[in-house]
Amino acid sequence: MESMRLIRKLVSASRRRSPWLFHLNTGACNGCDIEFSACLTPRYDVEQAGILLVGSPRHADVLCVTGPVTRGTRKALEEIYAQMAEPKVVVALGNCPASCDVFAGSPVIDGPLHRIIPVDVYVPGCPPRPHDLIKGIARAASILAGEPSTMKEVKS
Amino acid sequence: MSWEKVLLALFVFPGLLYAVPMAWLMLWIERKLRARMQGRMGPPFYQPFFDFIKLMTKQPIPRPPLDGLLMTGLPLVALSAGLVALALLPVSLNSKSFAGDLVLLVAFIEVPSFCAVMAGFASRSLFGQVGATREAIMSIAYNLPFLTAMVALASSAQSLRLADIAAAPATGVRVLSLLTLLLCLPAKLHLNPFSLSNAEQEIYSGPTTEFSGSQLALWELAHGLEWVALTGLTACLAIPFRTGSALGNVALFAGFSLILVILLTIAAAGTARLKVPQAARVYWRWGMALGVAALIMATVSNIERLIR
Repeated sequence: MESMRLIRKLVSASRRRSPWLFHLNTGACNGCDIEFSACLTPRYDVEQAGILLVGSPRHADVLCVTGPVTRGTRKALEEIYAQMAEPKVVVALGNCPASCDVFAGSPVIDGPLHRIIPVDVYVPGCPPRPHDLIKGIARAASILAGEPSTMKEVKS
Repeated sequence: MSWEKVLLALFVFPGLLYAVPMAWLMLWIERKLRARMQGRMGPPFYQPFFDFIKLMTKQPIPRPPLDGLLMTGLPLVALSAGLVALALLPVSLNSKSFAGDLVLLVAFIEVPSFCAVMAGFASRSLFGQVGATREAIMSIAYNLPFLTAMVALASSAQSLRLADIAAAPATGVRVLSLLTLLLCLPAKLHLNPFSLSNAEQEIYSGPTTEFSGSQLALWELAHGLEWVALTGLTACLAIPFRTGSALGNVALFAGFSLILVILLTIAAAGTARLKVPQAARVYWRWGMALGVAALIMATVSNIERLIR
């Protein structure tokens, strides 16, 4: 019993301390992507918190989505979400995945993001600052570690 | 050679109990030093350990044409081959060594790379296949000087026993062979000037792109064991173990391995990636020049010995 609790604690700690990110642009204007890249530069040094950017969704724990999900990227988004191993967390970077922002109402937009996959963390801003992005990723890491996600599961 | 000794070598020293923490330590030193050289703080001490635990507890996603046995089997084979290679290292020049174990060691050291090539092609992903092709090309490139250096060492010691080779006196042949070995290490460990097969900005992580969860964790651990085995092999051949006590030998072995890790990391962090033809040229031109020079020296001294 005691050992089980210890193992659970170890797993939870390791999930909190090594969130690996996969970044997906679903038709963003590139502003959020630039800020996201800036947040991974030596200036912010996110590797201190174990955060790594990985190239394959199969390696990742956190899916960072920018953009309002255009019709053309929807299939890729669904496929990439399905390729990520459990436990996984989705972070919506910027206003676009949250509300479609200035693209709302466009006929080529399938978004916002929560209509397609469940979203755990929203980082608002147009674009959000790197500090906010890091805060959002840290929140995602604590959700990975077992803290309840406050966002509701979404209907499609 | 008794069973207890084999088990001791496989599971205690220099096997699992020593090699796994050492692998994590080496991976951490590599990441930390690279971060420091880029003006960052870098990951904390426990990072590779937590990465491993996290990956182990994730459920792997099957890759439709080949889920299951092959995806788990390949990293497992790579891992066990690394472990056997480690167990063969002549750390303390005891009676563990046997005739012909040099050949066995060279074969086992090459198995993880072979597994990576197979994994890349078997995963049927574009990135995996490009990575596997590059890994195969690099394997041909660095193995030519590597094997030449090994042949030179064996021929100058006139033995295929690793313990004899490690105990042989330091000569010019040995220095040249060790230099060749050092030149081959970055390519064998996929480090920067030769990090072609897992070039993350080009082909993501190459052969392991399609692996997830515990399978990826096994690959990472196999890579860590490769670090320990290859730096350990160089350490065994570079320092004559004459400290007397077993503990002293172990400390010397571990210390020299860590110094090699630091050197390799500095070289990796200070250089940019070469193209495939450039990397192959480095090995076939400069690597072979060193290796062949060692071989010629060994042959000349052997002929001298015969005449006398």
